[in-house]
Amino acid sequence: MRDSFVAALTELAQQNERVILLTADLGFGIFDDYVKKVPDQFLNVGVAEQNMMGVATGLSLEGRVVFAYSIGNFATLRCLEQIRNDAAYHKANVNVVASGGGFTYGQLGMSHHATEDLSILRALPGVTVVAPCDAWEAGQALPALAKNPGVSYLRIEKQTPLDTSQDTKPFMLSKARRIREGQDICLISIGGITLQAMRAAEQLAEKGIAARVVSMHTLKPLDTDEIKHAIRDTGAILSIEENTILGGLGSAVSEVIAETGASIPFKRMGIPDTYFSMVGSQEYLLEHNGLDAKAICEAASNLVSKKTT
Amino acid sequence: MTDPSHPAPINRWKTTEELAWRVRRHAIRMVHLGKSSHIGSVLSIADILAVLYGAVLRIDPLHPDMPDRDRFILSKGHAGAGVYATLAECGFFSVEILKNHYQNGSKLSGHVSHINMPGVEFSTGSLGHGLPVNCGRAYAAKKAGADHRIVTLLSDGECDEGSNWEAFLFAPHHKLDNLLVIIDYNKLQSIKSIADTLGLDPLDEKLKAFGWNVIEVDGHGHEQLKAAMARSSIKKGQPTCIIANTTKGKGIPFMENSVLWHYRSPQGEEYAAAMAALEESRPQ
Repeated sequence: MRDSFVAALTELAQQNERVILLTADLGFGIFDDYVKKVPDQFLNVGVAEQNMMGVATGLSLEGRVVFAYSIGNFATLRCLEQIRNDAAYHKANVNVVASGGGFTYGQLGMSHHATEDLSILRALPGVTVVAPCDAWEAGQALPALAKNPGVSYLRIEKQTPLDTSQDTKPFMLSKARRIREGQDICLISIGGITLQAMRAAEQLAEKGIAARVVSMHTLKPLDTDEIKHAIRDTGAILSIEENTILGGLGSAVSEVIAETGASIPFKRMGIPDTYFSMVGSQEYLLEHNGLDAKAICEAASNLVSKKTT
Repeated sequence: MTDPSHPAPINRWKTTEELAWRVRRHAIRMVHLGKSSHIGSVLSIADILAVLYGAVLRIDPLHPDMPDRDRFILSKGHAGAGVYATLAECGFFSVEILKNHYQNGSKLSGHVSHINMPGVEFSTGSLGHGLPVNCGRAYAAKKAGADHRIVTLLSDGECDEGSNWEAFLFAPHHKLDNLLVIIDYNKLQSIKSIADTLGLDPLDEKLKAFGWNVIEVDGHGHEQLKAAMARSSIKKGQPTCIIANTTKGKGIPFMENSVLWHYRSPQGEEYAAAMAALEESRPQ
């Protein structure tokens, strides 16, 4: 996913000299090809994220299309007020990119668990929040975000075996992608954990349950129509995110369900409201938190069993 | 370039000293009417603003967004009343709207905001934001080969913010000699003195060690300010920092050097006394 982002950015920067990539001294090796091709469109600001986001805003206000990169929480929480007051309030075209969403850097410890970013960025007015489910979506999202006015947040992860590139429909911001059809329940997922949702859908199929899987790559602005379709078509919804259970995708989906007045089986799956000192790979920590395919399959089965019709 | 629907402003002042005096008078009225804070901070920078807008910045009130304008950010946004008053006196908008400062439904917020306010380059209020943004603007101007200047006014207390020191490192590293920083060094923070809170001295040596072209002036001396802000003071390859030694509350004797007037708003007899004191110092 990260390589796809860099490749797409390199292509974009070659086409548009206004594009500039900032990094707060992270991304060792991954930008070598970019720097070789467009050396004047790269700026390593040093380990100084607050200054990076201010510089990003200043560059944008002078007409540049800015991508500001770091990992984990450094690109977001460390400089959140700069994103809010400087970039967002001034409607600057600053694209904040964080690699290592969720438990990508699980073994590195709590400081590197980016597990509240989606909720927090979602709360900022005017900020577009995107977490692609695979490399294809990441590559597609990048040029779309460059054209998207104002501040965007792009959460990417290191890698995933998921590949949804066979989809013939064009990628559009704020337009959810139905990546598996089904009528019994809808699994609405965001980010790399969508792989687990797809695997769960396969396990559900073995039980005779046809699960729809929706990649809700854009958390904000939200594709509310797709949620309403899920209510109407499937009558049961399970939201899945590698993000705190508070304020993220599950909250957004539940707001839509509640305000439509629908009474359907619904559950949010996400990271509990706690910090993790436990060391583990991304897969290990997902399983530990009941966010792997098996747990998703069980939760979905329970919801389907509660359907009244 | 003249726009008949927007006639050229008629300045009510002829010298920067007169402009500074008028800014002080507007500001005292504004914080009185709005029952708002920070008059000491505004009075501290009135001369700096007057010299900048009256004699240094390349600006055009008829074309506030002209591409080759100089860019100015008041990073100590709590002194925004001073910027609003200065812009009004320079013809960016009517002085009549200054009375709306701090009022319900107004766009003249206590901390300076750019929305629908011609000439306000950037909104601030949380300290430590202006300089990093202007580092980005200065970097962009260098890359584009533009010759406009990028100016940031910081407070001394604001220099406690780590983000400023990130920017203090960044600007000399990238040789941003189109960047001018002015530090309003009145030696008082919001609760106590700088010395009693978080000492900055020797500020000049710190910034020189970081690679800045440092010029120390009397922040109320207009000729000194003009000379320091002139393009002729630029050293190639170095950003410039003017340390302006100022007096918080300058111009109103009972407000000078008093932390009380960081937050206190002049009302009743205090307001009358402030206006009377100002009248006595009206430039001839």
